[in-house]
Amino acid sequence: MADQTMIGSTGATWLPALARRSEAVVIPLAALVLGLGLFGLFLLTQGKSPVDFMAIVWKGAYGSAFSLQNTLSRAAPLLLAALCVALPARLGLVVIGGEGAIVLGGVATGALGPHLAAVPPIVALPLLGLIAMAVGGLWIGAAGALRFYRGVNETISSLLLAYIAIALMNHLVEGPFRDPASLNKPSTLPLVDALRVGNLPGMEVHWGLAFGLLACVASWVLIDKTTWGFAARIVGGNVRAAQVQGLPVGRLILGFTALAGGFAGLAGFFEVTAVFGSANASLASGYGYTGILIAFLARHNPLAIIPVALLLAGFDAASGLIQRRMDLPDATILVLQGFVFLVILISDTAYGRLKLFHPERWA
Amino acid sequence: MRLSPKTLSRRHFLNGAAALSGVALTSSLPMMARAAAPLTVGFIYVGAKDDFGYNQSHAEGAAAVKAMEGVTVVEEENVPETIDVQKTMESMINLDGAALLFPTSFGYFDPHVLAVAPKYPDVRFEHAAGLWHEGLPTNVGSYFGYIGMGQYLNGIVAGHMTKSKKIGFVAAKPIPQVLLNINSFLLGARAVDPTITCQVIFTGEWSLAVKEAEATNALCDAGCDVITCHVDGPKVTIQTAAGRGAYVCGYHANQSALAPDKYLTGAEWNWAGVYTGMVKKVLAGETLPNFMRGGLTDGYIKMSPLGPAVTPEAKAQFDATMAEIMKGGYAVIKGPLKDNKGNVILKDGEKQVETDIKLESMDYLVEGVLGATS
Amino acid sequence: MEHDIGLWGIPIAILGGAIRVSTPFLFVSLGEVLTERAGRINLGLEGTLVFGAMSGYATAVLTGSAWAGVAVAALAGAVFGLVHGILCSLPKVNDIAIGIAMMLFGTGIAFYFGKPYIQPVAPHLPAIPLGFWSDLPQLQAALQVNVLFVAGLGLALGMAWMLRATRIGLTLRVVGDSTDAARAMGLRPNVIRTLATAAGGAFAGIGGAFLSLYYPGSWNEGLSSGQGLMAVALVIFARWNPIACFGAALLFGGAGALGPALQSVGISSGYYLFYAAPYVLTLGVLIATSSPNRAMAGAPGELSITK
Repeated sequence: MADQTMIGSTGATWLPALARRSEAVVIPLAALVLGLGLFGLFLLTQGKSPVDFMAIVWKGAYGSAFSLQNTLSRAAPLLLAALCVALPARLGLVVIGGEGAIVLGGVATGALGPHLAAVPPIVALPLLGLIAMAVGGLWIGAAGALRFYRGVNETISSLLLAYIAIALMNHLVEGPFRDPASLNKPSTLPLVDALRVGNLPGMEVHWGLAFGLLACVASWVLIDKTTWGFAARIVGGNVRAAQVQGLPVGRLILGFTALAGGFAGLAGFFEVTAVFGSANASLASGYGYTGILIAFLARHNPLAIIPVALLLAGFDAASGLIQRRMDLPDATILVLQGFVFLVILISDTAYGRLKLFHPERWA
Repeated sequence: MRLSPKTLSRRHFLNGAAALSGVALTSSLPMMARAAAPLTVGFIYVGAKDDFGYNQSHAEGAAAVKAMEGVTVVEEENVPETIDVQKTMESMINLDGAALLFPTSFGYFDPHVLAVAPKYPDVRFEHAAGLWHEGLPTNVGSYFGYIGMGQYLNGIVAGHMTKSKKIGFVAAKPIPQVLLNINSFLLGARAVDPTITCQVIFTGEWSLAVKEAEATNALCDAGCDVITCHVDGPKVTIQTAAGRGAYVCGYHANQSALAPDKYLTGAEWNWAGVYTGMVKKVLAGETLPNFMRGGLTDGYIKMSPLGPAVTPEAKAQFDATMAEIMKGGYAVIKGPLKDNKGNVILKDGEKQVETDIKLESMDYLVEGVLGATS
Repeated sequence: MEHDIGLWGIPIAILGGAIRVSTPFLFVSLGEVLTERAGRINLGLEGTLVFGAMSGYATAVLTGSAWAGVAVAALAGAVFGLVHGILCSLPKVNDIAIGIAMMLFGTGIAFYFGKPYIQPVAPHLPAIPLGFWSDLPQLQAALQVNVLFVAGLGLALGMAWMLRATRIGLTLRVVGDSTDAARAMGLRPNVIRTLATAAGGAFAGIGGAFLSLYYPGSWNEGLSSGQGLMAVALVIFARWNPIACFGAALLFGGAGALGPALQSVGISSGYYLFYAAPYVLTLGVLIATSSPNRAMAGAPGELSITK
C-alpha cells in the first residue's frame, strides 16, 4: 500500500513537471522542423531536392569531426557577440552596436600586443584580454551612460558608435598603427607566437569557444542567481518601479552595458590572438549583427544562446558545401535562416496555449 | 575529417615537400572525395562572381578550367577574409578532395593561406597577388600580373583625351597594388602632356556602391574628365562617370558595354590562359613555381579594344607604347621621379622595370597625383 | 581648368550629396514613422530596402520601364510590411525580433533571386535639371534632382499634415499611444498597426528602388551598406516627426558627401574619419538635444524600443 502511494505520488509529480519544463524545448524544436519544412517547399519550387539539401547541411555542419569543429569555430565569436545584446536586454535596453566593441577590442589587442613581446605570456595575454574588454566595455558602456545621464536612446547611439568605431579602426590600422611590411592587407604589427592563442586540446577550435561558453554560463548565473540580476530584471520590467524601490538604476545600466561591451571586446581579442595574429579591417565582419539575431532568438537567455549560436554557425559552416554540391547561390543559406528563424520567433505565440504543457489544465 | 591529415602528411612528406606529381595528388585525396576526376580544383572569391570586376575576372578563369578534361571545379563566392576562408579551404580539401586551391582575394594570404597550408602539405595553394618568399610553406605559390602596365596604357589614352588636363582615379585602399596603378595611370598621361595631374579619392572599402558613386561625382566636380578606378566592381564608377559626361577607362574586366561611347580602353585580367596553363602543369605532374608573375607579353593581362572616341593620335601612341612593352623590360617607374611630397624616389638614370619586385611594396604617390596615402 | 571652383566645391558637393544620397534614408524613415506612430517597430526595413532595390531593378530590366520598377518595389515592400504586421499581431511575438529575422529573409531572398540581374543594365529614373540657371557644371550636376526626392519632400509634408490634422492621423496616434484607449474608442489596434507597417514597407521598397534605379543606379549585393537600418534609427533622431525626418536625411546625405569632397580639394589625410562625419554629427546633435528629464518626448507610448 505504502509503496503504491509513493509510486502514485511521484508519478503525479514528475510527469507534470516534465510537461512544464519541456514546453521551452519542444516548441522551438517543432518550430525548427516546421521552418525546415517550409524551406523544403521553397527548394521544391526551385527544382532542388530538400532531402539532398538537408543531408548536405548535416554533413557540412555536424556530420563529421571536421564539420563539427568548423561549426564550433564559427560559433565562438557569436556567443560573445550575442551576450552583448542579451545582457542589456534584461534591463529593457536594445543595444545593436556590438560590432563596434568587437572591432575596438581587436584594435586594442593588435596595437598593444606587439609591445608586450618581452612580457611573459601568462601575464601579457590576460592583460591584453582585460584591455580589450575594457575598451569594448567603454564603448557600449558609453551608450548606457548616454541613456542614463542624457536620455539618449541606446539603440541609435550604439549603432552610431559602431559605425564610428569601424571608421576609427580603419584609420588606425591603415594609419598610425600600420605595419609598413603589411602590403596588400594593411594590418598592425604581428603578434609574437607566444601571444597567439592556440586551439583547445585535441581540437581544431581556438580557446575563444571555451571562453564564450564560460561567459554564457556566468551571465546566466549573474542574471538568474544573483541579486544584481534580480534587480536588473526589475529595472527591465519597470524603470519607475525600480527607482521607487530604491534600486541603483544608473549603476545597473552602466554595469550591464559595460559588461556586455566587455564580452564583445573579448571576441575581438580572440579574433586577433587566435585567428588573425594582427588587427585588420576584417575585424568588422558582421559578428556583432549576427549576435543581435541570436540574442533575440534565445529570448535573451544566456544559456539558450549556446544552442542558437551552434545552429546558426552550423548553417554558415554548411553554406559552402551547399554552393559546391547543389549549384545553389550563397544566399540560399540566408533564405534558409530567414524561414527557420521567422517560424521560431512566431512560435513564441504558442507558449501557454498548448494544454499538453500545462498540467493544471489537464483535468 | 581530422583522421587523415596528420598521418597522410607524414607519409607524403617523405616523398618530398614538393610531391606534386599527379600520382601523389590522387593518392593523397582524402577518403571522402566525391570526384572521380583525377584533379579537383577549388576557387574562392571574396565577392560575387559576376561583379564586372575582380571576382568576375577570376570566375572567367575558373570557367575555362572547368572546360578542361579530367578536372572538377568547385567554387565559393562571398567568402570573407576571416576564419571563414580558412574553413572554406579546409572544407574543399576534406569534403571535396580538392588538391589545388585558388583563394583569389588579396586578404586571404596572410594569415589565412599561410595558416592552413602547413596542415595540408599535399595540397597546392595558389594565391593571387601574395608575395611568396623563401621560408614560407613550399606548397604555397603566388601569382599575379603586371596590371600597372595596363593602367599606364589607360593613362596614355587618357592623356590624349583630357581637355581639362585633370584625370581622376577612384581607389579602394592605399595598398601597393593600388598605388602602382594610380601612379602608372598618371605617368601614362604625363607621357603625353607633363602638365596633367591626377586626382585620387580613396573610398576605404573594396566594394561600397554609394561611396564609389560619391567619389566619382566629387572627381567630376573637381574637373576631372577622364576617370578610372581600382575597386572590386567598377560598374558604379564607370556608369556614374559616363553619366556625368566624363570619359572612362576600365579595370579588371571589360566594361565597354556599360558606356559604349565614353569607354576608351581598359586594363583587363586574362586569367583563363594563366589558370588553364597552371592546371595543365599540375595534371602533367610538374611542380608549379612558387612565384609567378606575368604581363602583357605573357598573356596575364590584356587591353580592352579601343573605344570609338579614341583619336588617331592617341591610338598611335597607344600602339607604339604597347609594342615597346611587348619587347619586355619596360619601365614605367623611372628617374628622375619624386613623390607628391617632394621626396626623391629615383634619381636620373635609375629605373624599376615591370618585373622589379620593389614595385610590389610601393608606398608613395608620384608628383602630380593629388591625394595622400593615409 | 575653366571650372575650377576651389573650396567652393565643398558646399556644392554637400548640397549635391544631400540631394543624391538622402532619398533612400528619407523614404525608409518616413515609412518607419508611420509604423512607429502606430506603436510597432519594424527593424526589418533594411531587408525591405534591399528587396525593393532588387525587385525594382529586375522589373526595370525586364519591362524597360523604371517606373514599373518603382511600382513593383513598392508592392513588394508592402507585402513584406504586411507579413511583419500580421506576424506581430500574434500575441507574445516580439516585433523587434521579427524585424531582424525579416531583415535576414529579405536580404536573402533578394540576393538569391538577384544573381541574374547583377550584370544587365536597367533604365534609370529621370531627374529634373533644377540647376539650369547656373553656368557652373558642378552646380548643375548637384541640382539634378530626382523626381523621387521631390516626391519624398511632398510625402514628408503630407504626412506631417495628416498626422496632425486628419482622422487617419489621429487614429494612428491613438493606437500608437495606448492600445487600451484605442480599444475603448472601438478601434482595432492590430489591424491599424498592420496596415501602417504595410504602408511603411511600401515606402522602404521605393527607397530601395531609388538606390538601384537612380543612385548609384545598379543592382549588386553591396548596394545597401546598412542604409535601411540607419534610417530606422534616424526616426528616433527625428522624434517621429516627418519634417524632421527630411532634415535628418538631408543632414546625413550631406555629411556623407564631405569625405570625397574634402579629398577632391586636397584635404586627404584621415579620410576614414571624414567618412564617419554623418555618424559623429548625428550622435552630437542627438546628445545635444536630448535631456534626461523629458527622455523621449514625442515617442509613441506603445513603442517597445522606448518604453
